[in-house]
This record gives sequence, C-alpha cells and structure tokens, in this order.
Amino acid sequence: MDFNDTPEQARFREEASTWLAENAPTDDAFRALPPLEQAKLWQKRKYDAGWACIGWAPEFGGRGASAIEEVIWRQEESKYELPATFFLIGQGMIAPTLMAWASDEDKARFLPPLASGEEVWCQLFSEPAGGSDLAALRTRAERDGDSWVINGQKIWTSGAHFSDYGVIVVRTDPTVPKHKGLSYFYVDMKAPGVEIKPIKQLTGESDFNEVYFTDVRVADSQRLGEVGQGWQVSLTTLMNERAAIGGGFGQMDAVLAMSVAQELEIDGRPALEDSAVRAKIANWYVQESGLKYTGYRSLTALSRGELPGPENSIGKLVGAPKMQAMASYLMDLLGASGAIADEALAAKAGIIQRAYMGAPGLRIAGGTDEIMANIIAERVLGLPQEPRLDKGIPFNEVPTG
Amino acid sequence: MNFEFSDEQQLLREQARGFLSEHCPTSAVRAVLDGDHDWDAALWKKVADMGWTATVIPEAYGGLGLSYYELAILAEEMGRSAAPLPFSSSVYLASEAIQRFGTEAQKSEWLPKLAGGECVATVAMTERPGRLALDQLETRREGSSLTGHKVPVADAAIADVVIVLARSDAGLEACLVPTAQAGVSIEPVLTFDTSRGHSAMTFDGTETRVLGDRTLQVEEWLRLLDGAAVLYAWEQLGVAESALTQARDYALQRFAFGRAIGSYQAIKHKLASMYVKNTLARSNAYYGVWALAEGSDELPLAAATARVAAIQASTFAAEENIQTHGGMGFTWEFDCHFYYRRAKLLSLAIGSEAVWQDRLVSALAEQSAAA
Repeated sequence: MDFNDTPEQARFREEASTWLAENAPTDDAFRALPPLEQAKLWQKRKYDAGWACIGWAPEFGGRGASAIEEVIWRQEESKYELPATFFLIGQGMIAPTLMAWASDEDKARFLPPLASGEEVWCQLFSEPAGGSDLAALRTRAERDGDSWVINGQKIWTSGAHFSDYGVIVVRTDPTVPKHKGLSYFYVDMKAPGVEIKPIKQLTGESDFNEVYFTDVRVADSQRLGEVGQGWQVSLTTLMNERAAIGGGFGQMDAVLAMSVAQELEIDGRPALEDSAVRAKIANWYVQESGLKYTGYRSLTALSRGELPGPENSIGKLVGAPKMQAMASYLMDLLGASGAIADEALAAKAGIIQRAYMGAPGLRIAGGTDEIMANIIAERVLGLPQEPRLDKGIPFNEVPTG
Repeated sequence: MNFEFSDEQQLLREQARGFLSEHCPTSAVRAVLDGDHDWDAALWKKVADMGWTATVIPEAYGGLGLSYYELAILAEEMGRSAAPLPFSSSVYLASEAIQRFGTEAQKSEWLPKLAGGECVATVAMTERPGRLALDQLETRREGSSLTGHKVPVADAAIADVVIVLARSDAGLEACLVPTAQAGVSIEPVLTFDTSRGHSAMTFDGTETRVLGDRTLQVEEWLRLLDGAAVLYAWEQLGVAESALTQARDYALQRFAFGRAIGSYQAIKHKLASMYVKNTLARSNAYYGVWALAEGSDELPLAAATARVAAIQASTFAAEENIQTHGGMGFTWEFDCHFYYRRAKLLSLAIGSEAVWQDRLVSALAEQSAAA
C-alpha cells in the first residue's frame, strides 16, 4: 500500500497544479464581486481552458478525464480559496441525467453552457407531500396538444432563485400506481406561471425555495424519457446525488475539538486532560479517520478503473450526526458561554454554534439518516423492503394524511 | 493511490478463509468451550504447517519473512472463525517481543521454534485489576531470579515460554521464562471465554534471563503494543464481520407477524449501524496496518485509531447480534455467544477502550503539533 500517484497521475497533477497556479483568481477586485459572479467568472475561465467538468466528453465541454483524474483535479483545486460553487446540482446530478436521457440536439444545446457556468440549473423533485417518499408527489402535468400544463408546488429547491432551468418530475397519470404515473421534464425557470419564494431556514439563512407552478406550459419536446417513465429518469438524477451532496463538514473536526478543550479548564486543569473529554475526541477522530481511509479505498478502486464498493454510502450518515454531536458537546464544555454566536465574542469565531444550527439540515438533505440506513440495509446487506400499503394501488386511491 | 491489498495478499485471504471454514467450523470452537482443553492443539499444528505462525519472522530464523499485511489478513480470518488458538499471544505479542528485543542467542533459540509452531509463547503483563501501570509492576527480577504474580495470563498453560514484564533496580524488563522448570506455578483461571485458556502465574525465585540483556524504555514496550493493537484490531474486525453476517442471515430467515424480521426498520437500522461501524473499523485497520508495515511515524495514532474502532465495532456487533436473535441468541445452543465472548475478551487484552482513546488523543496532539 502507498499513497503515491502513478507516474501518469503525477503528470496530470503537475499539469493541473501549474494551470491553477497561473490562473486561480486571488486579486481583490475579483473578491469584491458578488459570490455568484465570482463563481461564474471562475467557471468560465476554467471552461475556456478545458478545465471545467473534465470528466465529460469533449463535445459537451469536458476533456474525457478519468474518475481518478477528476479526484486529482478536485484535490488540487481545493488548495485554493475559490468561490463557492453554484453549479454542483446542475453539473453533478442533472448533467448525467441529460447525457443519459436527452435528445442529441438538447445535449448539444444545454450541456456546454452548463459546463461553462453560463446557465445554472436546479432540481424540482421534493414536494410538501413527497420527501422521503418522493414518488408520492402530486404536482401534475396535463397534456394539451404538443405541450403540457404544469400545476402544483415544489419545495426545498436549492438555488431556484438564480437558476435558468430546472428539471421537474410530475404526475401525468394519477390512475396508475404511484411510480408508474410520473414523467420528467426540463423547464425554463423564467417561464410565465413559475413563482419562487425563499424559505427562511432555522439558521436565518435562505438556501432553499418553494416553487409554485400555475398553468406553466412546457413543450412535449422538453420531456426526458417516455411518458410514465419519470421514475426511472429520476433515479439517474438521484444516483448522482451522493456525489453532489456530502462533504461539507468543514472545520468541525477532532483537531478543532482538541484545541477548544486545550483552552478550557475543568477544576483548574485543561479540559483536554479530562478522560471523558478525551474519550469523546477519540471517538470523533475514529469516525473522521474511518471516513478518510474509506475514501482512500474508493480512490484506489477508481484508480484501477473499478467501481468503488458500497462502503462509500456511510459518509453522510456518519458525518452529519457527528458534526451535530461534536458541536453540542463543545458548547457544553463552553458552559453558558457556549450560547454566544457573535463572531467577535464566540470561541472559534462562532463556527461551533453555526455547525450546531446547520447540522439538522445536513442530517435531512439528500436522504435523511433513516433513509440512508434503509439504503444500506437493503442495497448493501440485502434485507427486504418494508411492505408498502400503497403498492399496486392507483395513486388517486392511496390514502393520504 | 494504492490503498488496497495486493492480488497475492487477496489470494492468501481466500485461502485462509477456506482453510478455516473447513478446519475451524464453529463446532471446533464449541468443542474447546465445552471441554477441558485450553485450545485446539490439532488445529494449531495445521495452522503452523500452513506457515501462519512464521509469517513475519525473518527467514534467518526459520520464518517466511512476509509483511504485516499478510499477518493482518490472517488475523482477520482468525477472528472471523473465533479460532480457539493462542495466535494473538504467541504471534502478535511474544514472537514480536523476542524479535524486537531479544539477543542474537535468544532469537536463535526461540524464533525458529515459534515460527514452526512447535513452541507456543505468551506475554504476562497484568498483575491486578485496573489499568496497567508499567512503572508500578510488582514482579521483580534480581540476578537470574524472578518473583511475582501475574493474573490473568492468556494461554499460559499451553505456553513453552512466557515473556514476563517485570522491574529490576535498573528499570523495566521483559523476562524470558521457559515454563518447564521448577519455580513456575500455573493455575487455571476461569474467564468468560473458555475457548481461550487463561491462568494465574506465580514466580518464586524462578530462573530467568532478561530479553536483550537490557532494560526497556517504556516507549519501546508501547511501540510493541502499538503493533499488537493493529493485529488485534484485524482479529476483532473478523469477529465483528462474523457477528454481522450471522445477524443478517437470521434477520432474513426469521419471520414475525408474517414477515422477515429483517424487513422491520428497527432491525434494518440496527444492522446498518453494525455495517457502518465495521466499515469505519476496516478502513482504520487499513490505516493501522499501513503504518505498521511501512514503519511510519504515524503508528501510535494509527494503531490507537484502529484499536478503538475495532473495539467499538466488535462489541457492538456481538451485542446486537444476540439482540437480533432474541431469546435464541441467549441460548448455549446458538453460536452467537462465541462472538460476544471473543469480542469482549480481545477488547480487554493489551489495554481496553479508555486506554487507547487516551493514547489516541495524545498521539493526535503530538502529530498536530509536529505538523
């Protein structure tokens, strides 16, 4: 075992790091721009030089790089403090769906501007009545000649307010069992009848939206897959979700916990010398290290041109609750001062409090802890699904709460 | 990035798993647990014939001179089969101690016999309940004479030689004590896992020679335990995997209220938790064996991380495997208790969870200060 690149990988890393050193924007004028503009500027610069979406085929704006080269690129790019990305959902989840299901004409029209960041996409899946049970969604589309008329409501839509296009799964036939009556379209987010309302999260921030559709008209040519095949198309998008979400546990790690415990005292001694504190820190490190080296095992598989095993599926299920538990415990150590969120006054500039307030969202987004555990139990361990009371029943006859 | 065992090593794993499923079925574990023996002597002979006891011993001393990667693979399979063998005592601890600290003469005398499996060795550290304090050992060496009491000592009754941790006026020492001599008393001690024999040892002016003819720095002994911790972690991982497999199989075949209990989320989530802990333990065990095999400075952190993860995974999987089985899991007849006993037994040897959590944080602090 070794952690080194093969000569070929090392050459690629060198090429990537050289280009980044020469092109990564660090100037103050750039930093002064609004975040979305920064992101678009950087994405376009990468695109023009062939460093955007490098795993995609050249005709779509990529360079046909291997999976391990994509990882190397991300590793090198993450060494720079670059603008937050606004393109993860579009490039990570929607692009693979377009590649698999869209017409050649649509691929040629939409993929290059998606790679260059000139057009941003969002994903319109969840609904008030359909979250973990996504296929229970109720937004309907009715056929009218060569077009469809969409009515209903989507929710938790990240980035809807700055997106140009969205992909949407809707019910086109309520008289058949729920998975069979769905169809999948792309929509123009600026079309008449699309209304976007930000959701204020418990953190006070607004990353998500409610999106209302009132008589929104889309052409039949905007359909991906057959009528009634929407569930299969959705699965393509969802399969790529894990790649797009996850990570994001930021600076909340065992080393930060150690540094907090070093600065505090319990009965006149550093809290870091307290055995209960040490046990907690050790357990968090075990989880971090376990995820890190699970990642290394997956990279090894990628590096050999194999598919990573199912062990990758534990990331969010371990990381999100760990972040919450760690933040909670570190605030306990801080005592009443743990409540202070003011960046100027709080320990570690308030990141612990922000982590605690943000953690519930991470435990829910992209599959709740409970759904992730079901996925592991069913797809990895081979346990049977729970019996479903709506199985085989026409959607419009399924009891609703 | 190549963070995976080689094809040859994977082949060894398959071979070892096949061999142990044939020669160490759970009925073999049950026979030792039920009977009066401390081990399965016939199985030990077969394992030695396969060369497993010789794995990392250098060829100059009759060993195979392979790496810790191979030994880790064998350790996992030992755990998977809950083998009633002194593999951990003799291979991860005693052979390692002789190899690291012994004089040329001591190595030449003992390593070939340990490699060939005709001798079994163990290490005697514990004297009383609580954490092992290397600076407070009461077993004393003066001249060539050893006096003291060690309990419990795993596999002592079947050992030909014991490495006894003792102190002299000069400091900490590892004393070589052949058991076939007057002045060594070995009394059986009942533990909760009788598939691995344990004893109390009393030394009363026992003839001994000091390993390496020198005192040991505490750090030297701790490095030995770091290496052993990695190998224990692999063995515990094997136990954890067996417990998960057994729980999964039962959850598929046992029906309640008209359906397999594995279709209930309460059971699914329990088993998913086992899988998560086992996966973390496996990845940390990879890190541990990498640090051990490559002689990395990160060994103290990697070993403690692997050990804590393996303790947590194996005890959780063994406990929840019984819970998944319900009442049948609590019977002597079902095999669930083998893993329950072995997971806990291995977790208590060479320092329990809190000891290694403590060492993990110390190592992490040191490593982050150095970075």
